[in-house]
Amino acid sequence: MVLTLMPKMIATADGIDPMLPRPYRVQRVRRETYDTFTLELEPLRDAVEFSFAPGQFNMLYRFGVGEVPISISGDPGQPKTLIHTVRAVGATTKAICKMKRGQILGVRGPFGSPWPMEESTGNDVMIVAGGIGLAPLRPAIYHLLAHRGQYGRIALLYGARTPKDLLYTRELEQWRGRFDLQVEVTVDSAKPEEWRGPVGVVTALIPRAAFDPLHTTALVVGPEIMMRFTVLELQKCDVRDDQIVLSMERNMKCAIGFCGHCQYGPTFICKDGPVFRYDCIKELFGKREI
Amino acid sequence: MEKLERLLAEHPFFKDLDPRYIQLIAGCASEVTFKAGEFVFREGDLATHFWLIRQGKVSLEIFAPGRGPIMLETLMDGDVMGWSWIVEPFKKQYDARALDLTRAIVFDAMCIRGKCEEEPKLGYELFKRFSQIIGERLQATRMRLLDLYGAHADA
Repeated sequence: MVLTLMPKMIATADGIDPMLPRPYRVQRVRRETYDTFTLELEPLRDAVEFSFAPGQFNMLYRFGVGEVPISISGDPGQPKTLIHTVRAVGATTKAICKMKRGQILGVRGPFGSPWPMEESTGNDVMIVAGGIGLAPLRPAIYHLLAHRGQYGRIALLYGARTPKDLLYTRELEQWRGRFDLQVEVTVDSAKPEEWRGPVGVVTALIPRAAFDPLHTTALVVGPEIMMRFTVLELQKCDVRDDQIVLSMERNMKCAIGFCGHCQYGPTFICKDGPVFRYDCIKELFGKREI
Repeated sequence: MEKLERLLAEHPFFKDLDPRYIQLIAGCASEVTFKAGEFVFREGDLATHFWLIRQGKVSLEIFAPGRGPIMLETLMDGDVMGWSWIVEPFKKQYDARALDLTRAIVFDAMCIRGKCEEEPKLGYELFKRFSQIIGERLQATRMRLLDLYGAHADA
């Protein structure tokens, strides 16, 4: 039996048709890397705040091109501005990344299950991110820092291809400067003149992090192969399966569990996930047929 | 010598190794310090030593003509550096350069090989431990070959 972390769908708390995109205006576009951009959006018609929980995603509709699921990467404590970090990999995401200030984007959401922030209070929290996977974890980091006293040690372990592929470099530097947050960043390869940090896989950072395996929640996002090896490394460090939480990715289309595109065994990633506790999906995880 | 034996016995790499063997190995070991930027070894060098990094950071690099040095991996506190001494032709494949001030314990490979010849069980123990490290680094290399974080067009 597959159990989801948060079975109930949180979307459309405002009662608006979940299939109807709401117009948002692009307020700002920030270039993070050569192919990844962060968009700040504000509602076009009304000034309603956009409440969401860390880990949730929106469907972004570039009119005339297509719609894609993108994790919310902003601060849940600042709901007036909606922030998404988008990597230009396909036709729709490339079109979104080319948007300029003032252009209109359709937004549906928020959808999906959140990170277990409440359930993790009192625990150490280890955040393991690979590549663009840091984007869906950033709201969780904001939440942890805003409620710092409720958590034990916090470690952010982040891996990317090269130093040029690192997201949110200014924030990473700020976070590294804190005394109450361990930040370790590694890259797959680098030139000595551009990088003085570790080179290697992100899983190699796990044994170096300070945490109590019995009282740790591990939040993991990245390519599925990376997450598989991360789970193995966490298990080696005696972190239990029910303490490991993953954000899964599949081809989400409707985002409300109707279309079946993102079916994952007996669950739908869009409404039962994307955030799952590992013990709830471990029978499915890594299965080739799914 | 006593201090070195204690340091070795406390290190995870030598965990549960017979104290007699620790004593033997310590006889082939000494402490060493590298300044930031200093090369520990160069590609093509004979693999006459291996190191246990106590503190600091060392980058393994390869020099590509037209591109300059490329960092392949970094080794840090607690890591073992160098396994070419155990595998023929006993030559270093990469450059190793200290990125920070690095303190290490250095082992004379000829000396260790001699002890292993005298004490085959010690040789087997070391071989098992180095195999673990070689396996871990091979796995890490394979993971990076997958280019996990690369863009894969989907939307």
